Amino acid sequence: MSSKPKVATTSLCGCFGCHMSLLDIDERILKLAELVEFNKSPINDIKVLADDVVVGLIEGGCCNEENVHVLRDFRLHCKILISVGECATSGGIPALRNPISLKECLEEAYLNGPSVHNPSGKIPNDPDLPLLLNKVYPCHEVVKIDYHLPGCPPPADTIWQALTALLGNKPMDLPYELIKYD
Amino acid sequence: MITTTESGKRKVVIEPVTRVEGHGKVTIHLNESGQVEQARLHIVEFRGFERFIQGRPYWEVPVLVQRLCGICPVSHHLCAAKAMDVIVGAKELTPTAEKIRRLMHYGQTFQSHALHFFHLASPDLLFGFGSDVAERHVLGVAAKHPDLAVQGVMMRKYGQEIIKATSGKRIHGTGAIPGGVNKNLSIEERDVFLKDLGQMMEWSHAALKIARDYTVANLEMVTDFNTFESNHVSLVRQDGALDLYDGGLRAIDAQGEKIFDHMHPQKYLDFIAEEVRSWSYMKFPFIKSLGTEQGWYRVGPLSRINACDFIDTPAAEQARKEFMAVTSDKPNHITMAYHWARMIELLHSCEKIQELLEDPDLQGEDLVVKGDRQEEGVAILEAPRGSLFHHYRVDENDQVTMANLIVSTTSNNEAMNRAVTGVAQKFLSGREITEGLLNHVEVAIRAYDPCLSCATHALGQMPLEVCLMGPDDELIHRRVRH
Repeated sequence: MSSKPKVATTSLCGCFGCHMSLLDIDERILKLAELVEFNKSPINDIKVLADDVVVGLIEGGCCNEENVHVLRDFRLHCKILISVGECATSGGIPALRNPISLKECLEEAYLNGPSVHNPSGKIPNDPDLPLLLNKVYPCHEVVKIDYHLPGCPPPADTIWQALTALLGNKPMDLPYELIKYD
Repeated sequence: MITTTESGKRKVVIEPVTRVEGHGKVTIHLNESGQVEQARLHIVEFRGFERFIQGRPYWEVPVLVQRLCGICPVSHHLCAAKAMDVIVGAKELTPTAEKIRRLMHYGQTFQSHALHFFHLASPDLLFGFGSDVAERHVLGVAAKHPDLAVQGVMMRKYGQEIIKATSGKRIHGTGAIPGGVNKNLSIEERDVFLKDLGQMMEWSHAALKIARDYTVANLEMVTDFNTFESNHVSLVRQDGALDLYDGGLRAIDAQGEKIFDHMHPQKYLDFIAEEVRSWSYMKFPFIKSLGTEQGWYRVGPLSRINACDFIDTPAAEQARKEFMAVTSDKPNHITMAYHWARMIELLHSCEKIQELLEDPDLQGEDLVVKGDRQEEGVAILEAPRGSLFHHYRVDENDQVTMANLIVSTTSNNEAMNRAVTGVAQKFLSGREITEGLLNHVEVAIRAYDPCLSCATHALGQMPLEVCLMGPDDELIHRRVRH
């Protein structure tokens, strides 16, 4: 059990589509479970996330302080870190908010929306909510990233081939058809 | 907020306390005498779609907004397309377009319900709430019930392939466009699905049986676990039938009396509003005529089965009758009955897929219609997790000027908070958060199939952080499970 290489995954500011694409390897998921140990505590408890995680898969960019924290922890504990998909690689659709002030985005959602009922006029600001960053950042602007898998999401076969190549100690040689920029 | 923004650049101070994005974060608040007053499920994600969609051309919206959620992107894709049908004046789609979209939607409901049941919920049902966390996930199921795990994987695959055949991709496809669709279904594509249909039908019946038998065998326990009365909201067809794709909105109260019925989507603002609370980025929708205190409601499979008059496919209708008999045809408020209701819909989706595949309209070539351009469009769709609202205004330059989205999990926000409060009141003893409490919180939340649980849970258990707070909001105890 413990001799199997560990793989950890997380979704930061993403939509979980890349995780769903990983599940889209279908019946190979059962094979993958034989090949690797899924680090069930994906992430950030240092005592649990051992130093010998071989591959960390990151979905999503960073839009709040928690994202940054989780990403740094991943970098610390994963030998190879992969930005999976558009959001991790470039910020993706959530980064469409970057030209707009955060204040405007929050006001639209919590004050101005046509179905909003907000007599106090307050925008959610509880200490239990993580601080939002002024912009959405791609992962490689926060930590060093070893590989980028493009696509929204990258096809299941792309993730599968990349993962099995790395685990098999082979070069990641993805054919043209598996590199998608949508 | 602005100061928060400015200080929140990339150089943020990292708290020593570790947290995981996607954690269901729960705080339990005690009053002066140590009783549980309220529990809060905090949704910590904010992305700002409503604002940054403004300025985009309207035809981009169905492919853009589905990036809200990669778990059921088809829901957002179709709901946005339906709203844009209104914008382009397409009052009625061609039969081919409507049926291709429906096939896509039933394919998605099929895969999403299968994913939830086999990957996420079945461990609770098979192994019990308090079983070893190490086995309570799909790989645990695979180890003990390999046949079931394979079924789950293959059913999800079937639904995903239908989505791919109708939209071009399994996730974030492009099939629906304002006024119709961009492709039909070829005979070759159809035949692949017909070949496996019998197997899917058989497995759907079997899954329904597991959910039904579990609920019936444990009726007392599940009734005792987190049952509370509520209003229910769902789309229904003109004749009162269950309809996941289109119809008018119906709201019923706890006794099954109608609060409103066949509400036209364009009128939703007269009936529904959303309250903002400071501690969550997820708003709290309510029925306006009843106010914020009484007007909250549930959505999703349980609400749909409660609200509809009948189901128009025979096997699912049979199952619905059996389901309603448990509560003597009154609305069923048992939270755990969501699982049973979900499997009735799984079977219904499978029957609908069969009906559609056998329909030659799917090979039709008339795909798009247009009419008089409108400035405003609203659409409602029954996503796997419940009623989904999309509302847009588009100016004369074809740019979006306003977008309002009420997503399914949002409508269950109050119910999930009440569920967690109920569990805390029942299972919290003293001032310590026990593993047992954590388990029960998790099971209660999972019944609603919220996106956060579904997503973070696909390959393991639900990460949870529970904090116990004293009357002055001081932290008494905190327990994290990753």
